[in-house]
Amino acid sequence: MATKKKSAAKGAPCAVRTAGDPAIDRELLHSMLLQRRFEEKTGEAYALGKIGGFCHLYIGQEAVSTGIIGQLRADDYVIGTYRDHGQALARGITPRAVMAELFGRIDGCSRGKGGSMHLFDRNANFLGGHGIVGSHVPLAAGVGFAIKYRGGDQVCICFMGDSVVNIGAFHEALNMAALWKLPVLFVIENNRYGMGTAVERAAAVDDLSKRADGYTGMDGIVVDGMDVHAVRDAACKAIERARTESRPSLLEVRTYRFRGHSMSDAVSGTYRSKDELDEYQAYDPVFSLRDAMVLASTMTVAEWEAMEKEVAAIVQDAWDFADASPEPPAAALYEDVLVDTTS
Amino acid sequence: MPVITYREALNQALREEMSRDDRVYLMGEEVGVYQGAYKVSKGLLEEFGENRVVDSPIAELGFAGIGVGSAMVGLRPVIEFMTWNFALLAIDQVVNSAAKMLYMSGGQYNVPIVFRGPNGAALQLGAQHSQAFESWLAHIPGIKVCSPGTPYDAKGLLKSAIRDDNPVVFLEGEMLYNTKGEVPEGEYLIPLGKADLKREGSDCTIVTSGKMVLVAMQVADQLAKDGIHLDVLDLLTIRPMDVEAIYASVRKTQRAVVLEEGWELCGIGAQVVDFIQRECFDHLDAPVLRVHQADVPMPYAKGLEKIAKPDAAKTIAAVKQVMYRS
Repeated sequence: MATKKKSAAKGAPCAVRTAGDPAIDRELLHSMLLQRRFEEKTGEAYALGKIGGFCHLYIGQEAVSTGIIGQLRADDYVIGTYRDHGQALARGITPRAVMAELFGRIDGCSRGKGGSMHLFDRNANFLGGHGIVGSHVPLAAGVGFAIKYRGGDQVCICFMGDSVVNIGAFHEALNMAALWKLPVLFVIENNRYGMGTAVERAAAVDDLSKRADGYTGMDGIVVDGMDVHAVRDAACKAIERARTESRPSLLEVRTYRFRGHSMSDAVSGTYRSKDELDEYQAYDPVFSLRDAMVLASTMTVAEWEAMEKEVAAIVQDAWDFADASPEPPAAALYEDVLVDTTS
Repeated sequence: MPVITYREALNQALREEMSRDDRVYLMGEEVGVYQGAYKVSKGLLEEFGENRVVDSPIAELGFAGIGVGSAMVGLRPVIEFMTWNFALLAIDQVVNSAAKMLYMSGGQYNVPIVFRGPNGAALQLGAQHSQAFESWLAHIPGIKVCSPGTPYDAKGLLKSAIRDDNPVVFLEGEMLYNTKGEVPEGEYLIPLGKADLKREGSDCTIVTSGKMVLVAMQVADQLAKDGIHLDVLDLLTIRPMDVEAIYASVRKTQRAVVLEEGWELCGIGAQVVDFIQRECFDHLDAPVLRVHQADVPMPYAKGLEKIAKPDAAKTIAAVKQVMYRS
């Protein structure tokens, strides 16, 4: 058993910019708040038995989804892991469609056939939602390959956790992305733990951005993932690089999750201490932005309360919609195994 | 009618489908500059260029996944595994990505991909280069699995596989690439999911596929001299299996032997026997027997390998046994 050592990858202290376009900041805050309150509701639904199986909440990581996805065009592509609710919402999949999917109903974005870990929406170019660690990283490279094959300037964002860097598929995909100059942003959401294993216990080099050094032409960048403006700026540069030079990037976005790995996991007290959790609450991406905006007078307390109320109504509406949506009929069991078309 | 090799038949299929649809591309180890590890892709790089005939690093999981991802957004990849033994490294992409994508996305993302390469044993390639994977792959809902044994079948099936909007696993054979057969000029397709009666007779049915089809035809021709006439049913597609063709033959002959390359436990033959006993029980005059590889990893020594493999002699013995003539 390795002795615990201090990781170089500790999240940077919060440095929220106070100067920002108020209109954009309001959108960012709204998006993050929606994800936050939606995920809190999801936790409640799970405890009530309305959601089954595995459920991985995005609470604490909202700046990453919001900061990156907000910079995309509609014809860009997003793919990620099983911790996908926040990203799906940031990409514009409706709260109704996401909640209905979590509840396993036919109006879910995957028609109730996927569940929490397999959110898909072709209209939003949201390619899932994948359950095997690392499995989707070659898929992302494949999307990049297709973009380049057709001479397009779209980009593909590939979200992954900090554990993914240690699995073979990561290496194979990044090697080919660098070799063939594919327009992919590989975004490591480093929340310091792969399930219950701290990054420094799993990775021989725990400065994860350095993995890019093994793939010539790929920039490896560390980003403060608790600061939505920092994420936006880094994303903007990397997206431009992909779009105009067809160069892939590796972003190590240092973030933190305020709940357990999944609904089956304790919030703290096993592999991470309550003290650590409490310390990170000070970097809450949602409330940090709110506080900065109030401080800069770009939003009043009354406006904040109105936003909270509006978001609460959206989330309740999503719950009610999901609850009212029927479960798939028995006949749906055999649908969508194969298509009966040729081209 | 022209007589060409199985390899040339595949080459023609690839060339024709790549000319017909510019979304079709080929990726794999040595498919381009090397002209193909088994020369199946000979000349394709020169004709279609390096964007469409892509030499990959040795990274099966990676490039199989690249194929699946590109297929999700509209390309039609043909992913070549140098052999299906190496494809084990990529099985996560075949099973957890390709096969399940349409279902778990609620019908949104189909994956029009072909995974192809040689399957099963050749000569003295040893334990890690000789395995038959039909039963591993045919087990999975969400893909189709083909195994042609002749040049005619190889070309027609590969063209259909490429046009199919689902993932298709295409099992070839090193020992098949040099075999020859008649292949018509001009366009033709063989539909997936339909078996083919390669020989007709009413004494006994042999159900088989892939390179064992050649063994079965040999057996049929030899036994015909002894007055035993066989139906040789070439499955062509393992999944979905043409069970109606199996039933029609066995109801006629009332005896059956299943000839396969793989091992005994949970092999394809076990499934064929289950179908037969369920639907043709009252027609059978004898138990259904199977001929398959010995339950060992493939040995290197020539004599041991010969004992391990299914062959004409073992198949003849099985037929005579179900005919109660041994």
